[in-house]
Amino acid sequence: MSDSIKLTGLAFITVLFTLLFIGIGLDASNYEYFLSRRVPKVLAMILASIAIAQSSLVFQTITHNRILTPSIMGFDALYLLVQVLVVVIFGSFSVFLLNPFLNFAISVVIMVGFSLLLFGFYFKKNNSNVITLLLLGVIFGQLFSNVSSFFMMLVDPNDFASIQSSMFASFNNINKELVYFCIIPLLLISGVLFRMSNILDVFWLDNDNASSLGVDVGKVTKHILILVAILISVSTALVGPVMFFGLLVANLAKEFFHTYRHRTLLLGSSLMAMSMLLSGQWAIENIFKFETTLSVVINFIGGLYFLSLLVRQKIQ
Amino acid sequence: MKKLLLVLIVLSFASVFVGVADLPLSAIFRGDTEALELLAVSRLPRLLAILLSGAGLSIAGLIMQQISQNRFAAPSTSGTIECAMLGYVLSLVIFGHGDNLLLIFGMSIAGTLLFIQFIHRIQFKNAIFVPLVGIIFGNVVSSAATFIAYKYDAVQNLSAWTVANFASILQGNYELLYIAVPISVISYWYATRLSAVGMGKDFATNIGLKYKQVLFIGIMLVSVMSATVVMIVGQLPFLGLIVPNLVAQFYGDNLRKNIPLTAIVGAILILICDVVGRIIIFPYEIPISMIISILGGVVFIFFIVKGKQNV
Repeated sequence: MSDSIKLTGLAFITVLFTLLFIGIGLDASNYEYFLSRRVPKVLAMILASIAIAQSSLVFQTITHNRILTPSIMGFDALYLLVQVLVVVIFGSFSVFLLNPFLNFAISVVIMVGFSLLLFGFYFKKNNSNVITLLLLGVIFGQLFSNVSSFFMMLVDPNDFASIQSSMFASFNNINKELVYFCIIPLLLISGVLFRMSNILDVFWLDNDNASSLGVDVGKVTKHILILVAILISVSTALVGPVMFFGLLVANLAKEFFHTYRHRTLLLGSSLMAMSMLLSGQWAIENIFKFETTLSVVINFIGGLYFLSLLVRQKIQ
Repeated sequence: MKKLLLVLIVLSFASVFVGVADLPLSAIFRGDTEALELLAVSRLPRLLAILLSGAGLSIAGLIMQQISQNRFAAPSTSGTIECAMLGYVLSLVIFGHGDNLLLIFGMSIAGTLLFIQFIHRIQFKNAIFVPLVGIIFGNVVSSAATFIAYKYDAVQNLSAWTVANFASILQGNYELLYIAVPISVISYWYATRLSAVGMGKDFATNIGLKYKQVLFIGIMLVSVMSATVVMIVGQLPFLGLIVPNLVAQFYGDNLRKNIPLTAIVGAILILICDVVGRIIIFPYEIPISMIISILGGVVFIFFIVKGKQNV
């Protein structure tokens, strides 16, 4: 089966479930209300899938491995921490919190700064041991979320109510304004990544070879990290933290598509993420009748997959 | 050691007099019934629970590190706690209450056994692998527990069960923690054998030990102790990991010598965290699991980075 057929197939699944989510039970009398509720929800899932898939994929490319992803390294816990800190420092009535655009902008700025710092720490003096990095990332992630909960205990209940929505973001409680706003940065970044896809292909060859082929490795790495930080902000703002989803999608896409070209992989992993998230959420709502949440299932499957990757890496 | 003991006694004394209700020292000596009752029903049980769980969990961590021969192994990085959670959920679902000790202990023993077998089978060369695999194993088990809890509407029970808080400790509901006393004694008595088992199956068999039996006893001690603490108090993440490492930094690696030291340091650490949690937003309390997890996380990161430099 050629890659273009696979891409078409995934696109078909995505469109099918999008229509199922939006279309069921729709008629002339209720379409205004239903559409106003359903479109943002589906759109949020689609945007988050693209953000998670692309950020994990390029992150793995620039770090040359298959088991690190931004969310395992504690990036989305960091986003939540930033949200809590904004409330603690500026209070719940500050313009930074009430205006979703300003809030998003300030979160992104802090995220980018922090992630560059964190990576300075992670990759200090050519620290190439991936396993140590992984453990550090996992512990940092736990630490960030613990510090967040610590501050949540400290703030007064009014302030808490205003962050609660961003802490427990889910697919059924979505900030409409933010969804439409997120389309812009996401499209821009996807465009940039697409343009960079040739440079990213060269990264497969290792840093030394990439340098000798005329790629400024340090500069490109830094640019990609900034883009990844913004993508993570988008996805966490929209659907909350989903730890192992990026790992699953990035690896499955690499196994599914027989290519090393980022042009195909970026598109393929995004489509794959969309179809998995939409169909998974559909199954949760219609087969399991909301008896669980998708993130629990993803953590279970993703965790097992992660363990098997670790063991396989060890055996190699 | 004497100094540490002195610190512990002073802190314990201070801890008894921190609280919302006023408890003047003079009232106790006067024999004021109200003051004595407060002391007997709330303050002393709380102190005892703190001391027992801090000491017990630290010893459990120490034994875990011996039998897995890994500095970063502990009940919170080997899935033991999460398996106890799974046992709790199953007990809720099957028996309608979360107090079936056999199920909770059984699950945590089974989980730990699985983990130890796994890491013994795959001899990881990199010491960092073991806690990483353990943490992810714990994640997988806890998402299974959450899944079941969702299905039977028990998510709230589960999260209330696992958040550590000494505020709810009263006379009559903490006594199970006394299990820490026999466990410490057995650990002390078994110390050399447990160390030998950590050296590997061949070595242990060569010097005439029943490898499987000793290993199982070690795992049982660890699992029962940590499951008891999570039942009565809640999760105290990283405690079993950082305390033995701290003690080893200053006093070396003799297991038998380190058991009492580890117990004292663990109790001191939990006592300090508990008092801090009670003071920060007085008269309310911050759950101790939050304070210990932030402190423990920072110390753990420090150990990893430092250990890296030594290599």
